[in-house]
Amino acid sequence: MAAIRLRNVVKAFGGFRAVDDVTLDIADGEFMIIVGPSGCGKSTLLRMIAGLEDVTSGDVLIGGERVNDKPPRERNLAMVFQSYALYPHLTVYDNIAFPLRLAKLPEHEVRHKVRHAAEMLELEELLGRKPAELSGGQRQRVAMGRAIVRDAQAFLFDEPLSNLDARLRAQMRAEIARLQRRLGTTTVYVTHDQTEAMTLGDRVAVLRRGVLQQCAPPRELYERPANLFVAAFIGAPPMTLLPARLEDERVALPFLAVPPPPDVDAASLRSRPLVAGIRPEACVAADRVDPARRALGGAFEGVVDVIEWLGHEQYAHVAYELAPDGARALQGLAAALDYDELKPRLIASLDPGSRVREGERAQFWVDGSKLYLFDAESGENLRARA
Amino acid sequence: MRARGRIALTVAGAAIVLYALFPVVWILMLSLKADAQTPGFLPREWTLENYVTVLESGLFLSALRNSIGISLIATTASVTLATFAAYAVARLEFKGRRGVLATALAIAMFPTISLVPPLFDLWRAVGLYDTWLGLVIPYMSFTLPLSIWILVAFFREIPWEIEQAARMDGATAFQAFRLVIVPLAAPGVFTAAILTFFFAWNDFVFGISLTASEAARPVPAALAFFTGESFFEQPAAQIAAASIVVTIPVIVLVLLFQRRIVAGLTAGAVKG
Repeated sequence: MAAIRLRNVVKAFGGFRAVDDVTLDIADGEFMIIVGPSGCGKSTLLRMIAGLEDVTSGDVLIGGERVNDKPPRERNLAMVFQSYALYPHLTVYDNIAFPLRLAKLPEHEVRHKVRHAAEMLELEELLGRKPAELSGGQRQRVAMGRAIVRDAQAFLFDEPLSNLDARLRAQMRAEIARLQRRLGTTTVYVTHDQTEAMTLGDRVAVLRRGVLQQCAPPRELYERPANLFVAAFIGAPPMTLLPARLEDERVALPFLAVPPPPDVDAASLRSRPLVAGIRPEACVAADRVDPARRALGGAFEGVVDVIEWLGHEQYAHVAYELAPDGARALQGLAAALDYDELKPRLIASLDPGSRVREGERAQFWVDGSKLYLFDAESGENLRARA
Repeated sequence: MRARGRIALTVAGAAIVLYALFPVVWILMLSLKADAQTPGFLPREWTLENYVTVLESGLFLSALRNSIGISLIATTASVTLATFAAYAVARLEFKGRRGVLATALAIAMFPTISLVPPLFDLWRAVGLYDTWLGLVIPYMSFTLPLSIWILVAFFREIPWEIEQAARMDGATAFQAFRLVIVPLAAPGVFTAAILTFFFAWNDFVFGISLTASEAARPVPAALAFFTGESFFEQPAAQIAAASIVVTIPVIVLVLLFQRRIVAGLTAGAVKG
């Protein structure tokens, strides 16, 4: 086991910088998630740690040692690929034994270790089969077995669950978390799935266009996103983003004005375009609000467009009216986030028992104290700074 | 409809098989005749005499030895080189990668006979005339392109990640190639090997032009030098027997590896 440090790591393909000046410290035994939309450079970053991709500039250190010029086999890392990359001509047993045999371990030790790994992953029954005879979930477990069977310095996972169906994915997610805690091996896990990012990692590094946006524990990422991009990426359902501006000491949203959160310096907000972020839990049915808190926010009426009923919780997508310049601002925001478009909808959380129907008008209340405020130009979170 | 279609297919299939096999059966019958002049399809008198004569003749046995030796050497060398070359073309980034494939194809399309006069002169000058090596080299240059093309298609189908997984598991580049890539490309290697072997085994043009004696003359060429009991007699029955003998290895190989050859020839075309 070892700590992994990335120092100003750059990967350039011609003029294009797939990974741009990333500095990241992964502690010994830590479970680090690298997350971002597709094409953000997260897999390239992982492959540079693995040694499958050359580093254009900067340093990769494993256990304090600079490994830039070392081939993968001298780095002693185990990797699980998205496609699992099992050896189709070998049985499950031989697949798992492969790294041990390359390391020239005596055969009785190989047998012992393979049995042990197979037991941990409940693969004992399958050892004689070839990969083609396995289901997706079983193949995934074999790939894990091949990784854990030797004493690697760290595990690298490259979107290991993205080829599984939802139920298996949830199951394997729990299994990976359990294994990592049990083995205590440093782990770097690449995913585009923010649920995996939030539930698995000790810390999550968010990458966009090759640039590290923020690296923090999941809760901090959710509560104090460094910028607009992280705020929009983390959280399901996502945060609603609206063009905003400060008017008469209140934050003016397209359809209502609310008092600014108490911890921001209102003076610093004046005279600059803002983006407001509202998490679903900060927008609720107006009649449910504690009268004592009512003054902290503002109420508005909107048409419920879609209801998402999840059993234990319920979300309403509420359509709001937008002036033409507001619509332009919203499209500008969408472009800045690389989204195709942002619809004028606000996601509110409802009581599971709420009987609000689609197409109905209803009163909602936005909690000003839970409002996120970002600089519209730089995307910087103005609350995190305060 | 379906039944009629099946019958039509069966008839057509039988016709094709008959058309293809009739000459072979004719030669087989000829080789079993005591007198090659016997008219008709079936021998009047069945005999294995011709086979005995052929197998006892030193000429045929030395030719057989030459054929086996030259074909095996050419096949082994060609397939080994083609495996490395195809791997490089399929996997590595280097300038002129497309050029290699195009050139290989161009070489394969060369009419063999056009190479005979220059090779004849050249081989005599450098002392390769009438040697095994003198035949192995042209066989290799004609079979390498095809082998490379077949193997490139195979290597391209093997996912990159499998090889990278091997490197992560601690393999050197060559170990990954030997333990993972080559076994996965085995059907391709097989196809290339068999096609190369057939080319060398069946070649007549080089065999007759670049050899002068029993030292290197392969069977197809040697058959032309067969003489009967008298100089004026054409020993058709013995030649037929010899032809059957040299066809046997080909048939055996095809029957044994039929599935693999078909898989090899269609791979790359079916799965993108």
